[in-house]
Amino acid sequence: MFEALLHLEFTPFLLSFKLASITTAILFSISLFIAWNLSQTQSRYKPIIEAITALPIVLPPSVLGFYILFALSHNSPIGAFFYDYFGIKMVFNFTGLVIASCFYSLPFMVQPLQSGFEALPKNMLEASYIAGKSKLTTLFMVALPNIKPSLMTAIVITFAHTVGEFGVVLMVGGSIPGQTKVASVAIYEMVEIMDYTSAHIYSGIMVLLSFLVLLCVYVFNRKQAHRIGGIA
Amino acid sequence: MIELDVSKELLGSLGKMDLHVKLSIDSQSFVALSGQSGSGKTTLLRILAGLESAQGRIVVDDEVWLDEKHAIPPQKRGIGFVFQDYALFPNMSVMENLLFVKKDTTLAKHLLEMTELLELAHRSVMSLSGGQKQRVSLCRAMMNRPKLLLMDEPLSALDPSMRTKLQHEILTLHKEFETTTIMVSHDPSEIYRLSNRVMVLSQGKVIQDGDAKDVLLRTQGSQKFAFEGELLDIVKVDVIYIAIVSIGQQIVEIVLDESEANALHVGSMVSVSTKAFAPIIQHLKR
Repeated sequence: MFEALLHLEFTPFLLSFKLASITTAILFSISLFIAWNLSQTQSRYKPIIEAITALPIVLPPSVLGFYILFALSHNSPIGAFFYDYFGIKMVFNFTGLVIASCFYSLPFMVQPLQSGFEALPKNMLEASYIAGKSKLTTLFMVALPNIKPSLMTAIVITFAHTVGEFGVVLMVGGSIPGQTKVASVAIYEMVEIMDYTSAHIYSGIMVLLSFLVLLCVYVFNRKQAHRIGGIA
Repeated sequence: MIELDVSKELLGSLGKMDLHVKLSIDSQSFVALSGQSGSGKTTLLRILAGLESAQGRIVVDDEVWLDEKHAIPPQKRGIGFVFQDYALFPNMSVMENLLFVKKDTTLAKHLLEMTELLELAHRSVMSLSGGQKQRVSLCRAMMNRPKLLLMDEPLSALDPSMRTKLQHEILTLHKEFETTTIMVSHDPSEIYRLSNRVMVLSQGKVIQDGDAKDVLLRTQGSQKFAFEGELLDIVKVDVIYIAIVSIGQQIVEIVLDESEANALHVGSMVSVSTKAFAPIIQHLKR
């Protein structure tokens, strides 16, 4: 066991964390505006947008993976456009993984942020508008600093969920070592070739890391709840 | 000078209701807005602030805030608004809450000094008491030296002694800044102390408009004293009847004869008045 640990290939883990970090960063900047607008809008189209952003939760990863593969391959207009004009290939490489992960983890970023914004007292935001501040200033100076627990939940859950994804990654990225072979795919392959020792070590590490990450979130949220003591 | 002629359809507890208010308010006046809940007071304030849409026209000092074609957003109206639940920014200290509106440290310090909050300037607003929070909210509303200050039941969540203290502070601020002020309030003594004009709203219309004394005194004709209250019970004692009436925070007993007792219904609102007597007024020992 110890011997196996020494010779362990850590690239899949690094790849998983690199993918999760980039996905989280991209999703945060996109979802912030989606969540803010969803929380503020009175539009009758709101449920449609909400349903679309929530789709990745219910869809089988294979369905999502299939459509992404279909849309990004160089046979599709989108894939062809990026390949012809920018020389970017978007499937079976890391870029494809990032794009797929962004779709897959979108609701995990949008939903906590949106419910955080919606729980803010309406008067507080209105006080900011009356003080002459724009919606954008209000978002960054008033809304965002007052939803820290939701912000933390959104970022960590998105990160963890991306680390834990398997189906979409396998479909869009395949299993190219050092490129698209992330930890979850690596574990699948170890089990396939009946290398249970390595599978145990990899799985154990995943369980431990995931637990620690979640523990941090809950400890943080507990402290925040004590500190703020309810905003209203 | 504020010229206002607005209408809006509201969904109240009694179904659809048309809010229609037309009035003009002199600069530097202090107007109290009263009326039962659901009569449209808060909506009227929010329309003035630009937080809610409405049809009609609002002109403030020759500046059009609302007409058929456009409505200028709350950001551009240059008003102050004090909410009943303070609406402070919990992520900022007392001072930061004020400076968020305008980076004017001198004014912020002056306001905090007037409201005896200067020592708390760097405290988190979450650690303050209700009265302190509302004073911060009041100071914050004054930071952009508003043309119009709107207050939505600012003191109703506070205890009576804190109310009196804040009423004095509101008055002091009003005198110093000469801001045209509209305040929603239900408390007659507060209205009397602060305002020079009272408007009573009912079902979206102004039903009374005048100075505080005229509107608030409930006596008619030769009545010297008149109170409104709820008839809680009628008790028969030997040959007479005693009505138990709840007036304000007090319960009083009133002697009735049989015909009077039969004419009244328990649970209804009644007026208790008397004509010729000399009341005794004494200092209350607390």
